Amino acid sequence: MLNLIGGLDHPSQGTVEVAGHSIGKLFGRPLAAWRARHIGLVFQFYNLMPVLTAQKNVELPLLLTKLSKSQRKAHAATALEIVGLSHRTRHYPRQLSGGEQQRVGIARAIVTDPTLLLCDEPTGDLDKKAGDEVLDLLQALNTEQGKTIIMVTHDSHAAERASRILYLNKGQLTTEAPE
Amino acid sequence: MKYLYLVWSNLMRKKMRTILTILSITVAFLLFGYLSAITTGMSLGVQLAGMDRLSVRHKVSMLQLLPQSYQARIERIPGVDAVAHGSWFGGVYQKPSNFFASMAVVPNDFLDIYPEYLLDEEEKQAWLDTRNGAIVGSKLAARFDWEVGDRIPLNVTIWPRKDGAETWKFDIVGTYDGAEKNTDTGQFFLRYDFFDESRAEEVSGLVSWYNVRVEDPDLSTQVAAAIDAEFANSPAETKAEPEGAMVQGFANQVGNIGLIMTSIISAVFFTILLVAGNTMAYTVRERTSELAVLKAIGFTDRGVLGLVLGE
Repeated sequence: MLNLIGGLDHPSQGTVEVAGHSIGKLFGRPLAAWRARHIGLVFQFYNLMPVLTAQKNVELPLLLTKLSKSQRKAHAATALEIVGLSHRTRHYPRQLSGGEQQRVGIARAIVTDPTLLLCDEPTGDLDKKAGDEVLDLLQALNTEQGKTIIMVTHDSHAAERASRILYLNKGQLTTEAPE
Repeated sequence: MKYLYLVWSNLMRKKMRTILTILSITVAFLLFGYLSAITTGMSLGVQLAGMDRLSVRHKVSMLQLLPQSYQARIERIPGVDAVAHGSWFGGVYQKPSNFFASMAVVPNDFLDIYPEYLLDEEEKQAWLDTRNGAIVGSKLAARFDWEVGDRIPLNVTIWPRKDGAETWKFDIVGTYDGAEKNTDTGQFFLRYDFFDESRAEEVSGLVSWYNVRVEDPDLSTQVAAAIDAEFANSPAETKAEPEGAMVQGFANQVGNIGLIMTSIISAVFFTILLVAGNTMAYTVRERTSELAVLKAIGFTDRGVLGLVLGE
């Protein structure tokens, strides 16, 4: 479902409309541009570039914009500050804990100020403490920054933080919890 | 340019692999350069040889000399247009490593038969007026920083002067250029009359070879045969063959050598192509998820391909 919303997959039938855009009709470069502008992705296993520092990882999506080098740097610094990692900008992923890596992943997702944040089990690979920190951060982004976040999770504890919960049960999206 | 650090960071991921790949490609290009130079160098002589000129030398070897009187007899042979003779001088300048081709010639005959050596009229006249005058190629003049008017001493061991001295002094009266890009401008030409009068008497009146221009290049084989027939059974029999026949003899081999070189170069490049291609494929395979992430955050297919090719 996240792949469909994020424009990574095309529906075999039906349409996908995200924030007023019918993305099922977009392909190639226009779709990539739409994704770069509107979607921020947070992955379960962080998926950071191991050869880049936290700062450079966060700057990655900005390479697709027309921002100058100094502007990219400033935006990335702000995003890292929001996730509380200003002191870890020059660290490589291998030098960061799991929770920190996920926060870098979130900074990378929000640095372009996308319309929608798609989080694929963001706490799935973290212990409870680090997971709670990440959930606190996502909640703050929602309440304080007004970010719309769609989070997929198996963790009912994480789901409790959501303002709206939908269940995907055997291919059907419902508002009622399965028995 | 903004993607450069991304490409660079990926290259530095496995430094040893990057270094070895660069080295292998560098070696391939070095080999290509060297082998191409050899191929070009070996075919140069063939390109320079005049199609309408024959070389006539002693049948036994180039070291055996021919009488100067042969010139008039060769000129009388039907099909012969012009004749010039040359004699190997073999001078060295200051030290043996400063070696270059130096030959004694008759200026008018020589310049007539070799129009590719370009000499000013003024300098040609100066050469005709100066017995110990010499002309040098522009490349040779540049090599030793020689100028017209310089007096150049050359040491020669094979041609002692009548007084026993081994040093010959020449006045440079002109520098010649080449009419074509490949014309050899690294030679030194002195006057035969001065050379012949100054050297020891026992070899006087002898020359190293004749250069013959034929009227019709298509008949050069017949003319060559006629020249050899003219001097058959004489004390100094000749061997006439198309100019650069030695190189011509090479020619067949040059073809083979060229083929061998090309084969080696092709094999090297093909191997390097496989090595580089394999390395590329390997780096992509081990980073599939990273490339997928790039696409997920908005990179286009072409953008990702560009990064990989950039590496």
